[in-house]
Amino acid sequence: MDWSVIWKYRELLAHGMVVSAMLVGAGMIGGMIVGALLALARLSRFRTLAFVVGGYVTVIRSVPLILVLFWFYFMLPLITGQPLGAITSALTTFVLFEAAFYCEIFRAGILAVPQGQSLAAAATGLGNWQTLRLVVLPQAVAAMVPLLLNQAIILFQDTSLVYVVALRDFLTAANVVVGLNERPIEVYTFVAVVYLAICYGVSLLVGRSKKAALR
Amino acid sequence: MSSMPNQDSKPDAGAPMIAVENVSKSYGHSQILKNCSLSVARGEVVVVCGPSGSGKSTLIKCINGLVPFDSGNIAVDGISVGGPRTNLPALRAQIGMVFQHFELYPHMSALENVNLAQIHVLKRSRAQAFEVSTRLLSRVGLADKLQSRPGQLSGGQQQRVSIARALAMNPKAMLFDEPTSALDPEMVNEVLDVMQALAQEGMTMVVVTHEMGFARRVADRVLFMDAGQILEDTKKEQFFKEPATERARLFLSKVLTH
Repeated sequence: MDWSVIWKYRELLAHGMVVSAMLVGAGMIGGMIVGALLALARLSRFRTLAFVVGGYVTVIRSVPLILVLFWFYFMLPLITGQPLGAITSALTTFVLFEAAFYCEIFRAGILAVPQGQSLAAAATGLGNWQTLRLVVLPQAVAAMVPLLLNQAIILFQDTSLVYVVALRDFLTAANVVVGLNERPIEVYTFVAVVYLAICYGVSLLVGRSKKAALR
Repeated sequence: MSSMPNQDSKPDAGAPMIAVENVSKSYGHSQILKNCSLSVARGEVVVVCGPSGSGKSTLIKCINGLVPFDSGNIAVDGISVGGPRTNLPALRAQIGMVFQHFELYPHMSALENVNLAQIHVLKRSRAQAFEVSTRLLSRVGLADKLQSRPGQLSGGQQQRVSIARALAMNPKAMLFDEPTSALDPEMVNEVLDVMQALAQEGMTMVVVTHEMGFARRVADRVLFMDAGQILEDTKKEQFFKEPATERARLFLSKVLTH
């Protein structure tokens, strides 16, 4: 066993972690913004819009993430003649892919608030937006938080798929280190421990937020 | 009443506060309301009763536009409820509503529940709203519960908060949708007492309820509904003494003898 290899390549590994974190951050923030818009569209009175968005969500949730990644990186350029590049492909993929999942989390959270609450708010003269913002969303968020954290764990694990477009995330950085000095057991064990620590940490938060939501 | 007041005409003191004319409503193939008409004068208290599923709740939810109706007209203080140019939120702000299951906002204190629409609809300042809310919550006997969340209050207390929430908007009329049906028996009176006091102060009220004692004490008129139709619309004395229809007689014999 020679654990010094990890210290020796700390910069390479740290850089990989930065790429992973950036993809998670962009996937979460961009995905939530797009997802919120999708959820509003799905809940809106405009049937056609709701139907189209519903179709989008169903398709995205039925295909593997890696296929969407392939699509933007390899196939879209074949059609348009314009390569997107690895980082743009990855960011676009994560935002659009996560948005479908966030859409459903938001929608379920909003629908979980009893309709009587909206009626009561409307009866006092609050408009639709005020009702959503002041009465429905504050109650929906409590139900959404555990699901959002769960989705963050899945997203973090999914970032390792960017190796297919030659982006150097944390796991891909580890692959490089192994290639350089033949210490797979130490390096991959270290990688596993880091993933475990982060994901387990977040799952503890999930448990806590579930209890908070029940209160 | 031959002509319906519309938005453009000025309401006069003699005009009814609530005028419902030939209102019908269907969900799919089942007709919930069949040509319902009623008129409620200023300061009048009307009790609506009838078996469950008779359309009572739908009828009063049509009055403030929470449930859209298919045909007919409804006007509140001369403003058409179904009119294409009617600002429904502004109209609803003038009509208080109390629900069977209270529908207080669980994430807010009693005080915040009563404050919310005052601040966001009437644009009162926080201080003004606070003053109004404390006064109203004291009036319904909850001066010591300002900071309690709905979950910490009994059903009767929650319903009194919801009455205060409606009164905070200075409504022209109040609609009550089975306000005591979800309450434990020992809490029914504390809510009915608040409603009776309100009626004595001259509030125009439409009350859907099975509390016939309340109807006897407080109502001016009683409406009896069955299968989407208003079968009786009479002075309460006459309704309790000799209802005109067999169905009302049957209904009364069931709710009065237990």
